[in-house]
Amino acid sequence: MLEIEIDGQKIEVPDGSTVMDAAHKVGSFIPHFCYHKKLSIAANCRMCLVQVEKAPKPLPACATPVTNGMKVFTHSESAVKAQKGVMEFLLINHPLDCPICDQGGECQLQDLSVGYGASASRYQEEKRVVANKNLGPLVATDMTRCIHCTRCVRFTQEIAGLMELGQAFRGEHAEIMPFIEKTVDSELSGNIIDLCPVGALTSKPFRFAARTWELSRRKSVSPHDGLGANLVVQVKHNKVMRVLPLENEDVNECWLSDKDRFSYEALNSDQRLTRPMLKQCGEWREVDWQTALEYIGNDLKRVIKEHGAQAVGALASPQATLEELHLLQKLVRGLGSNNVDFRLRQSDFSLDGKNVMPWLGMKIAGIRDLDRVLVVGSFLRKDHPLLAQRLRQAAKRGTKVSILHVADDDLLISLNARSIAAPAALATELAGIVKAAAEAKGVSADSSLANVQASESARRIAASLASGENVAVFLGNLAQQHPQASTLHALAQQLAGITGARFGFLGEAANSVGGYVAGATPGVNANEGGMNAAQMLSDPRKAYVVLHAEPELDCADPQQAMAALKSADLVVALSPFKTRAIDYANVILPVAPFTETSGTFINTEGRVQSFNAVVKPLDETRPAWKVLRVLGNLLGLAGFEQDSSEAVRAEALGGKSEFIERLNNKVEGVAINLGEAAPALQPHLERIADVPIYFADALARRAPSLQKTIDAAAPAARMNAATLAKLGLAAGAKVRVSQGGGEALLDAALDAGLPDNCVRVAAGHELGAGLGAMHGAVAVERT
Amino acid sequence: MGALGFILSPEEGERGWRLADYVRRGGYAALKKIIAEKIPADHIVGELKKSSLRGRGGAGFPTGLKWSFMPRQFPGDKYVVCNSDEGEPGTFKDRDILRWNPHMVIEGMIIAGYAMGCQRGYNYIHGEIWDIYKRFEEALDEARAANLLGPNILGSDFSFELQAHHGYGAYICGEETALLESIEGKKGQPRFKPPFPASFGLYGKPTTINNTETFASVPWIITNGGDKFLELGKPNNGGTKLFSVSGHVNRPGNFEVPMGTPFAELLEMAGGVRAGRKLKAVIPGGSSAPVLPADIMMDCTLDYDSIAKAGSMLGSGAVIVMDETTCMVKALERLSYFYFEESCGQCTPCREGTGWLYRVVHRIENGLGRREDLDLLNSVTDNIMGRTICALGDAASLPVRSFIKHFKAEFEYHIERKQCLVPVDVQRAGSGFFVAEAKATC
Repeated sequence: MLEIEIDGQKIEVPDGSTVMDAAHKVGSFIPHFCYHKKLSIAANCRMCLVQVEKAPKPLPACATPVTNGMKVFTHSESAVKAQKGVMEFLLINHPLDCPICDQGGECQLQDLSVGYGASASRYQEEKRVVANKNLGPLVATDMTRCIHCTRCVRFTQEIAGLMELGQAFRGEHAEIMPFIEKTVDSELSGNIIDLCPVGALTSKPFRFAARTWELSRRKSVSPHDGLGANLVVQVKHNKVMRVLPLENEDVNECWLSDKDRFSYEALNSDQRLTRPMLKQCGEWREVDWQTALEYIGNDLKRVIKEHGAQAVGALASPQATLEELHLLQKLVRGLGSNNVDFRLRQSDFSLDGKNVMPWLGMKIAGIRDLDRVLVVGSFLRKDHPLLAQRLRQAAKRGTKVSILHVADDDLLISLNARSIAAPAALATELAGIVKAAAEAKGVSADSSLANVQASESARRIAASLASGENVAVFLGNLAQQHPQASTLHALAQQLAGITGARFGFLGEAANSVGGYVAGATPGVNANEGGMNAAQMLSDPRKAYVVLHAEPELDCADPQQAMAALKSADLVVALSPFKTRAIDYANVILPVAPFTETSGTFINTEGRVQSFNAVVKPLDETRPAWKVLRVLGNLLGLAGFEQDSSEAVRAEALGGKSEFIERLNNKVEGVAINLGEAAPALQPHLERIADVPIYFADALARRAPSLQKTIDAAAPAARMNAATLAKLGLAAGAKVRVSQGGGEALLDAALDAGLPDNCVRVAAGHELGAGLGAMHGAVAVERT
Repeated sequence: MGALGFILSPEEGERGWRLADYVRRGGYAALKKIIAEKIPADHIVGELKKSSLRGRGGAGFPTGLKWSFMPRQFPGDKYVVCNSDEGEPGTFKDRDILRWNPHMVIEGMIIAGYAMGCQRGYNYIHGEIWDIYKRFEEALDEARAANLLGPNILGSDFSFELQAHHGYGAYICGEETALLESIEGKKGQPRFKPPFPASFGLYGKPTTINNTETFASVPWIITNGGDKFLELGKPNNGGTKLFSVSGHVNRPGNFEVPMGTPFAELLEMAGGVRAGRKLKAVIPGGSSAPVLPADIMMDCTLDYDSIAKAGSMLGSGAVIVMDETTCMVKALERLSYFYFEESCGQCTPCREGTGWLYRVVHRIENGLGRREDLDLLNSVTDNIMGRTICALGDAASLPVRSFIKHFKAEFEYHIERKQCLVPVDVQRAGSGFFVAEAKATC
C-alpha cells in the first residue's frame, strides 16, 4: 500500500494505482476526456493535469503512478491553470455548434467548458474542418467536433477486439477514421457513441430525434441474449427514443451489444400489431378484446371436448417474461395438458425429467478469474457478444481459452487451441477431449469412450484444461440445439469432473433459465408426462397457443412447425408484431413487448431481474400476463386471481430472491451414445445452422438500422473450398439447397472456417424458412 | 573538417569507411580488448561515467548513468537502440558519422550490448538519407563476415546482432519512444513516461537508446580511458563534439572540436560570417534551442554548461548562424511552420498549440499582427510547455519565446509598421538565392 495526500486528504492506495484512482477514492473530481476506466491509458487529452509536490511541471493524473508520500493538488492554482490552458486548446478548433449537436446537454466538453473554459476565445484564426466518415448504419459522425481522445480507437481494439478505427495523419491534420472504404462492423460498435466525450460520434437512429433533457430515463433489462444486460430506456411522449447501458459491473459492465442498444427501433415500427385480429370464414378482421378472448375460450373448450386436453399445446419464446411463461404453463396445465415448452430450437430432449435446469454454473463476474476455458458449440461472438467480450479480456490477462465448434469464425479472442468438427462429429471430438483429459490427469475415462481416439487438437485442449486451477467448460447455443445435446451435456460434465472444472451453459435467450423456473416445460420432474416442443410439432396438436414466438423462424424445424400449425383447428398467436401468424393462426392478440409490460428475466447466471413498463402499451396492446390471466378466468380455471405482475412473479418464484438457487446442470446415468459418425450422411452434405445475431428474435428482425448492418446480410450457402470444388461450384453461384422436401434458393459462398462436406445455412431468416431441421442432411445443387 | 577530434578526423585525412580502413585506424581495438581481457561490464560503465560523456542527441544526459539504469540481470530480451533519426533543422552530424565512420558506431553499439547484457540492437536511420542507410547495411555485412557481429563474437560466448532500420523522415520519430513505436511498425507517436525505456522499451523490454555520436565516442573511451576523454573537453563536459554549422557562414559543415572551445573559434573554422557581414544571432543547438543574440553568443564556449548559463541549450550541436540581413520574424515563422507540420497530433497542447503559434507568427510576418499578439504568443507557449507527452511542445515554444525575448523590437516594428525592420532588398541580398532576380526587378 502507498500513502498519498490528495487535496489535503490522506489515503492509502494499492501499489500500481494512479493519481486518478486515488482521486476517485477520496471523491476529488479531476476533469478528463481520454481517460476511461475500462480502456488503456492514453494520457493524450492532458485535461487531467494536476500539481504534484516537487514535480517541476503539472502531471496527468490518469498516467502518473502514485509514489509513497506523494502530495497532489487537483484544484490548486497551478493545476487549474494547466487545466484551463488545455481546455482553451480543445476549444479553439471545436466548432462550438452545441445548439445543433446531438451531444448537447450530455457532452463532457460542454460540461467541463463551463468550469474551465473562457467566455470568449482568444483564437481568431480559421477553424479546422474535418470530413465526416461513414461508420455504417449505427454511428453518425461529425468529425469536426472530434477532440482526438482516441477512446473510440482504443475501444475497438481493446474491448471489441478488432482495430476498426485509428488516428490517421499527424498534428492538426490528425483524423479519426476507419480503414478506407470500411465501416465499423463490430457487434459492440454502439459503445463508441457512449464513449465519445463530444458530439463526434452519435447514434444514427436517434439522430436529431430528441434532446437529452426531454427524455425520461427508465431502467429495464435487455430481452435478447442470456446475459440480461441492464438498460436505461429513454422515453419521450410515451415513445422509446433511445436505449443506453445501465452500468452493472456484474452483468454488462458499462457496455451494451448493438442488439441490446438498437433493437428498440422495432418497438416503434409499423410492423407492430395494434388490435386483436380474428379470422372468420377465411377473412381477418379486427375485433375487440372481449370478442377475441371469448372466441379463444369457446374454441379451446370445443377442441378439448372433441379431442381431449392432450390436443392442446403451447409454444413460447424464451424471450417471454417469467410471469408470462408462468401463466402460460398454468393455463395449459389448468386445461389438463402438460404440453408446454419454450425451448423452440432444441432438438434433443432426452434429459427431460432428470431435474436439469441448465445455467452458467457460475457467476458471470467470475469469468475474469478463470484460467482455462473450453467453449463447446457456440457462435460465441454473435450469440453472446458481451460474454465473448469478457472472455476476450480474460484471454488478454492470460486465461487460455479453447473452443470446440463447427465453424472457425473469428472470435477476436486469442485462442489457446481450437478444434473444428462437423456437427455429427462434435460429440466424438468432445469425447476425445474427455479421454485425453483423463489420460492427462491419470484417471480412467468412461468405459463408453474405449474406442475413441483423441485428435491432436483434442489433446491440446485437454492438456490446457488439465493444467488449470480455475477451469470452466461451457456449452453454447449450438451444443444445446444439437441433436446429440444430451451426449454433449454428459461428456462436458465428465470433462468438468475430470479437470475439476465448473460446467455450465451459455443461455441462448433472456429467459432461457426463466422458462425452466416458470415450469414452462412439459416436465422438469419425472413422470409428469406432456410433450416437448419437438413432439408437439412432429405429432401435431389440434390447438396451439403461441406466445411471442415466430415458429417459422424460431423453431428447430420451421418446415415441420409450419405444417403442424397449419393443420391445427385453433392457433392463438400472442405477439407484439404482425407476423406470419396470419398464414396459420385463427386469433392474433397484440401483446406488449418488454418495454410495455412489467416482468422478469432470469439471466444465465440465475440472476432475477425484474423491470417495469417504460411506456404505455401501444394502442390496444396489452401485457401478455394480463391476457393470459383473463383467459384463465374466462376458462374458469382456478389460480388466476393475480392483480399484479409482482403477484405472478411471487407465485412463480415462491418468494423474492436475487438469484435462483435450484438451478442444476448435473445429470446422472446418461448413456453416452456417440452415434454414427459423419460418413453415414454421405453422399449428402451436413447442415450447419447458426442463428445470425440480428435474425435471432422478433425485435432484432424488425429493427431497421440493425437490418442494414453487415451482420444482417442475407444468408448464403456457405461451404469451404473443398466442398465447393466437390460440387463444382464457385462462390457466388446460385444454388438450390433442399432439405426434407423444402428448399431455399441461395448464393454459394466460401467460408474457409467450415469442415468438409458441410454447408452453413443460417436459421432464423425468411430465406431459409422453407428448410427443415437446423441439423442434418441437406442437398446442394446448382440452379 | 577540423582535425581536433577522432570521430570525423581519421589520421592523415584518410576517409575510407570500410572495415579494413577502420581497422587500419585502430578500429575494433576496444572490442577486441574487451573480449580478450574479459573486461567486466561494470568496468565499462565505470569508464563511461569517468569520461563525463553526455548524450549527444540533444538532452546531454550522462551516458554512463543511463547505461547503469539497464537491469542487466533482467531475463529475456533487452535492446540497444541507436537514434540516427536526426531531423531537426540545422542538424546534420550523424549522417556524416555514418557516412565516414559507420564501423565506429557499430563497435560502440556492440560494446553497449556487451556492457548492458543485450543481444540485439537496432540503428534507426533517418528516412531521407537513403544512401547512408545502404552504406550502413554494407558495413553491417562486413562486420558480420568478420565475426564482429552475430553469434559468439570473436570466439567468445558473447553474441550480438545488429540491424539497421530506416524511418520515413518524420521528425517526431527522433523522440526516443516514438522511435521505438516506429521500429515496432506502429505510427510514430511518443509514449507517455514513465515507464521509461530502461524498464519498458522496445517490444516492452528494457531498452537503452543513445545518439549516433554517443555510440561513436564509446570505443575511443574504452581504448584510451575515461579520464583521457574527459581531458579532451572540460570538467562535466568530456570529449570532443561535432558541431553542424549552417546558415550565413562562408564554410558550412561539420566541425569536431573539444568541448569548451570558444564559439568564436568555431565561427572562424567555418570561415566566418558570409560576405563580412555582421553576426546577428545564433541558434546554438538545433532549431528547438533558444536563439541567442550575437553579443551573448560570442562570449560563450561550446559546452553544455556555458550555453545553458547563457539561456540556451547545446542540444545536438547544430549551430545556425544568422547575419544582419535576417528578418527574425520570418526566421521564426519558418521554424514555427516546421513544428506545426511535425507535431504528431497525439496530445492536445501540441496538436492545437503549434498551429496557433504558427498562424499568429505568420500573421505578424504578413502585416496582420496585432498589438496583443506578442503577449498571446507567450501565453500560448506557457500553456504548451511542460504540458505535453514529449518534448516537441517545448521545442516548438522555446524558439518563439527566445525570438520575442531577444528581438522584441523587431516584432513590434512588424506589428506597427506592417513591414520588416530589415529591408526586403537587404534580406534578399543576404539570402543569396534571390540576388540576381532582385537586381533585375529593383
